[in-house]
Amino acid sequence: MSALFGLLRKETYHILRDRRTLFVLIFMPIVQVILFGFSIRTDVRDVRMVIVDPTPDATTLEIRDRFAAGGIFRILGVSPTASPLDHLFRTDTAQVALIFEPRFGEHFAAGDPAQLLVITDATEPNTGASRQLYVNAVIQQYESERGRRAGTVQIIPQVRSRFNPTRESTNLFVPGLMAMVLNIIAALMTALSLTREKETGTMEALLVSPLRPWQIIVGKVTPYLGIGFISVLAVLGVAKLVFQVPMEGSLALLLAEGTLFILVALSLGILISARTSSQRVALLAAMMGTMLPTQMLSGFIFPLESMPRPLQWISIVVPARWFVFIARGIMLKGVGLVYLWRETLVLAAMTLLLLVASARSFKVRLQ
Amino acid sequence: MTEPPVVIDDVVKRYGKVVAVDHVSAEVRDGELFGFIGPDGAGKTTLFRILTTLLLADAGSARVLGRDVIKDLWVLRREIGYMPGRFSLYPDLSVRENLDFFASVFGTTIAREYDQIAPIYSQLEPFNDRRAAALSGGMKQKLALCCALVHRPRILFLDEPTTGVDAVSRREFWELLARMRTSGLTIVVSTPYMDEANRCDRIALMQNGRVLATDAPAAVAASFDKTLLAVRSSDRYRALLALRDYPHAYGVYPFGEALHLADDRAGIDAARAATDAAGFLHEKGFGDASVEPTSPTIEDVFISRMGSVSPQASAA
Amino acid sequence: MTSPAASSAIRTNGLTRTFGAFTAVDHVTFDVRPGEVFGFLGANGAGKTTAIRMLTGLLTPSSGEAWVAGHDVYRESEQIKRDIGYMSQRFSLYDDLTVGENIRLYGGIYDLSRAQIRDRTERILSRLGLSHTAHDAVGALPLGWKQKLALSVALLHEPRIVFLDEPTSGVDPITRRQFWELIYEAAHAGTTVLVTTHYMDEAEYCDRISIMVSGRIEALGSPAELKRDAGASSIDEVFVRLVRPELAGGGGPAK
Repeated sequence: MSALFGLLRKETYHILRDRRTLFVLIFMPIVQVILFGFSIRTDVRDVRMVIVDPTPDATTLEIRDRFAAGGIFRILGVSPTASPLDHLFRTDTAQVALIFEPRFGEHFAAGDPAQLLVITDATEPNTGASRQLYVNAVIQQYESERGRRAGTVQIIPQVRSRFNPTRESTNLFVPGLMAMVLNIIAALMTALSLTREKETGTMEALLVSPLRPWQIIVGKVTPYLGIGFISVLAVLGVAKLVFQVPMEGSLALLLAEGTLFILVALSLGILISARTSSQRVALLAAMMGTMLPTQMLSGFIFPLESMPRPLQWISIVVPARWFVFIARGIMLKGVGLVYLWRETLVLAAMTLLLLVASARSFKVRLQ
Repeated sequence: MTEPPVVIDDVVKRYGKVVAVDHVSAEVRDGELFGFIGPDGAGKTTLFRILTTLLLADAGSARVLGRDVIKDLWVLRREIGYMPGRFSLYPDLSVRENLDFFASVFGTTIAREYDQIAPIYSQLEPFNDRRAAALSGGMKQKLALCCALVHRPRILFLDEPTTGVDAVSRREFWELLARMRTSGLTIVVSTPYMDEANRCDRIALMQNGRVLATDAPAAVAASFDKTLLAVRSSDRYRALLALRDYPHAYGVYPFGEALHLADDRAGIDAARAATDAAGFLHEKGFGDASVEPTSPTIEDVFISRMGSVSPQASAA
Repeated sequence: MTSPAASSAIRTNGLTRTFGAFTAVDHVTFDVRPGEVFGFLGANGAGKTTAIRMLTGLLTPSSGEAWVAGHDVYRESEQIKRDIGYMSQRFSLYDDLTVGENIRLYGGIYDLSRAQIRDRTERILSRLGLSHTAHDAVGALPLGWKQKLALSVALLHEPRIVFLDEPTSGVDPITRRQFWELIYEAAHAGTTVLVTTHYMDEAEYCDRISIMVSGRIEALGSPAELKRDAGASSIDEVFVRLVRPELAGGGGPAK
């Protein structure tokens, strides 16, 4: 019995004295809880709305004012026809569209059914539903104010999620899943590769050679680019064959963007391993630096607009956020580089930054 | 008058409170086989890392091949051959792949440098496709040596190349080194095995970061300043304990099959010292004990010098 | 079959261990007397480690017989573990625990009472002159002190046999000799010591030695006997003569 107790005591000493692991074990759950807590908020704010009003009159103007005043919707503009809608949705400028039928006001005043078409960009089904509800609420309140009895519904909202006809959450998840998988592979592999050298002692031999830091870095990143590319293909294949995710846009563009994303992840991995000497620490750092932000802050599971502003700002530096946006755009909306060049540029800039930082922080000696 | 290939000038290196290299100065001459002899913790590896541009000294300076190890690191990294302790080979690559890699890193190929490494590599070639992890200690040694030599360095640093390897492989390795000397290559070796010191042209004894002596092996051995005796007895352990009470014992310790007894009387005649000791033992009941004068070895010198540089109090 | 407990501390008969097609230990037969200091030598890959693993109850033999401290290695390996001590160069004590904590841990593992642990801790530390290090982390000690401490801890529960696997690697000459004095003390108190080493001069310190080559014992006897038989002046020479023909032209598989 004392043997067991002695062992328990020993293990406790180990845990207490390994400060780094202790830090991660305590810190990580705290971070997760905070992030989860904030990201799961489903209230809806600042929803960008576009109104199509072919026959503006007092009634429609009043209804428009209600939407503008609620604080939940932000009216971007009013158009007489529905033609700009396509572009506005594709560029993610508008999230909800309100379309009054012609002569809406007349019908309403006469007591006939007056149709109001509500279109939500439901690439995110949970928020789509919430927005729907808010629209309904505003309309119902207006109805009651105007003396139309609750229950004698004069307005029939129609909802169509134009860009995600099947409303399958897999379609939304897959781009995020791709980001996560690629992130893990790339960052982890490079992090482990360098630290393994340090642990087996071959790092000494490498350092003493005429190899320059940039050569070592490029030499370690490039092979994984090849593997990463294959991973992109594999994940896409699974997405297509197993989950039947649509591929509205250009496959070539998606592959190119995927490769760029891998490059970012690899560079991050190199930066991590340039600063750590043990595989264990590199593993933990890579996981905390990639998986966690990817899960929480890329918009992959939880929509970014629902998060508090500080977290939204943090998500700017999460590469996965940009890639998820790009991937969804290409796969679900079929947009091309014309719409995505800004996000692509961000990824490219991140790559450059990380590589330069790695080369700079790569130690040319053992100390 | 060219500068010696290695000049170490009052180098100091600390790790926190521990002084790994404690004001070390030494020189290695051109074409020499020079040995740094000392146990673990003596500072040999740290010193080698400073000389091969891998670490920065806290004080002092070092020059290799006429170049400063700090400023000219990129030049030196082309000219130095280095075999780190623990044989830094890639365990999952084959013999051939390891050598290919190290050759390529220096901008050359095995084919081009084959004559340089042939004496050693020819022994490895039958195992070209075997992974380095599956090699025996002796084979790993030879491979690591090839990898260090393949780019025709002008100087070779071998850090504990024979540690962890059996006695036969050690012998073979030193024979290899002896053959390499004839080509004029300067070789600097470190080892904890005192007997290997005799294979070097000159040696430096190191302990706790300090150099205890620097000279040709024979001269170092001869610097033992007491009369040394070898005691043989069938009950070796009890004889050892008994001799601790011998009034003229400067030190007594096991040494191979015998015990070494250093007589603390200055200028005593060796034969007389032997008789005195034998008499002492016979009185104590060690009837079959025999005592003879013996020549000191480097290990004897090391032991006698060590007492002055032990780390903290009470080396029990 | 009665176990030959009284006459031998360790006894093997045709002990063999194969790994697939490869025979690591090939019909090895020898015995070690109680209180003997037995040197177990051989080149790397000769089978020493495998043999020791079988004797310490860590590995089951493929065939042959062996008794350690009177226990059969096939059926009583747990009892063996209780009656032996073990120390290797690769691992002995926990670096991040203090000296005192390490001793308490091992004491607990071997079921010593707290009083026993206290007494023996004091005895060990004062014998080694390390009383002032009781609260220091082992990792901070110089290698020589660590090794001596590790040996003392291996002997803590007063085992009948202690196995030492290259215990003095890398240690300075004085500490090595102090270490061997500890071995002699233990042997004189009746503990049987089986030690492997690469230092050929340490082979001379043993009562008897065996030399393994390619899984077989090719020499067995006192150092003086072996030298006489081989016409050699040192064990190093004996070793080389035995082993060199096997190693001509390359190495065998690694350990």
